[in-house]
Amino acid sequence: MSDPKMTARSLAVHYGDKLALKEVDLDIAANQVTALIGPSGCGKSTFLRCLNRMNDTIDTCRVSGQVTLDDEPVYGPDGIDPVLLRARVGMVFQRPNPFPKSIYDNVAFGPRLHGLVAEGDEMDAVIQRSLERAGLWAEVHDRLAERGTGLSGGQQQRLCIARAIAVEPEVILMDEPCSALDPIATAKVEELIDELRDSFTIVIVTHSMQQAARVSQFTAFFHLGKIIEVGATEQIFTAPANDLTQGYITGRFG
Amino acid sequence: MPHIVKSYDIELGRLEDGIARMGGLAESQLASALDALESRDSELAGRIMRSDAEVDSCEAFVNEQTIKVLALRAPVADDLRTVVGALKIAGEIERIADLAANAAKRSLVLNQLPPVAPMRSLVRLGRLALAMVKEVLDAYLGHDAERALALRDRDQELDDVYSALFREILTYMMEDPRTITPCTHLMFIAKNFERIGDHATNVAELTHFRVTGKAVTEQRTKKDVSSFIGAEPPTD
Repeated sequence: MSDPKMTARSLAVHYGDKLALKEVDLDIAANQVTALIGPSGCGKSTFLRCLNRMNDTIDTCRVSGQVTLDDEPVYGPDGIDPVLLRARVGMVFQRPNPFPKSIYDNVAFGPRLHGLVAEGDEMDAVIQRSLERAGLWAEVHDRLAERGTGLSGGQQQRLCIARAIAVEPEVILMDEPCSALDPIATAKVEELIDELRDSFTIVIVTHSMQQAARVSQFTAFFHLGKIIEVGATEQIFTAPANDLTQGYITGRFG
Repeated sequence: MPHIVKSYDIELGRLEDGIARMGGLAESQLASALDALESRDSELAGRIMRSDAEVDSCEAFVNEQTIKVLALRAPVADDLRTVVGALKIAGEIERIADLAANAAKRSLVLNQLPPVAPMRSLVRLGRLALAMVKEVLDAYLGHDAERALALRDRDQELDDVYSALFREILTYMMEDPRTITPCTHLMFIAKNFERIGDHATNVAELTHFRVTGKAVTEQRTKKDVSSFIGAEPPTD
């Protein structure tokens, strides 16, 4: 792997007394899709949320170890400012969560918050470009003033992706972005992920093994808070090195 | 470890059963063909030719089952290797049975001609090929990669015997031109047996891949030099 975009070293996470992540090391390759798979409670979402400090919002959560973004520390006294970090490392959630605002204002939210773009023509251009990259422009260009919550589930999720990319992040984290979508909407989001890879580094948590196989170049298998195996997706799904990985992806895990 | 979804295991089991049945049929086809040659039994040879259809229908079953599992289960990892391996192995076994049936067909012609001496060596060659087929099926059903890989050495032995037989048959033809017709059929049958060894070796390599996930990359050195008999081998 060439220089990783993000790294985690000895990353451990406690929720209260419960150890959710045990000394995890992982490199996230730049401009690639890395899939995190594993059974419920294995720590994959916890790991994902460490990458942009989303766990900070949970009172009982304690994080130790190092995470870096382009060799800059994410945690600690020298860490990147969390607000800036979240602009550089965007997130898309399981359930589409557009704001109860217009489609336009949903996408404009980030650029406005970070004061990135002037209102008017410049903002219009950002809105159009973000919606185009999210594959939604053709469907909504004539009704940008309508509420984002009025769109279909698949459109809402692509709106959330447009909102995430409007601030030009470097990394996009996706936490089961298709689990609430039908197969057509899922295919559109998967196609989008593949296109976005040119511009962004993507980390995706998914419960669908087939989705991990379809969209990612690297796959990390988590189990009981540890990484059991990480490798090229092709290798993981044709000849995994570890018996636990094999048991999980072939549906024998019990 | 069994799958959580039990019917998946049943389907994969059906696939393996299909290969086992097909392999058993091909093996008995070849054994019978050798008997038919040795005992000049035209009636047996006819039966062999007719039961080739049974092997074909077995192959069709494995193919259908494979496509079904691929479509409905989207297998990965060792399951994927099992399914794809079964598809390819079925093709190899079908060829083995076909070559055995062809040997039986030629025996019908041979039985109308006076016996020739190299028949004994030919049957010996055939028994070596038969032993390889048996061995590779056991390795496949026993998920034994080591045992499968050892088949490659057996194939070299088979190639050596084949090359020797080729020379032997030539000498008989030179000695007595009246033996040319039966000896030519013998040569084709010998080539069939040599090919059966190659197919068995392919099954061995597929078995190795199925069990370990690693393709056999090391090239086999072909020791069958019969292609060059009668002239100097070309230099690279």
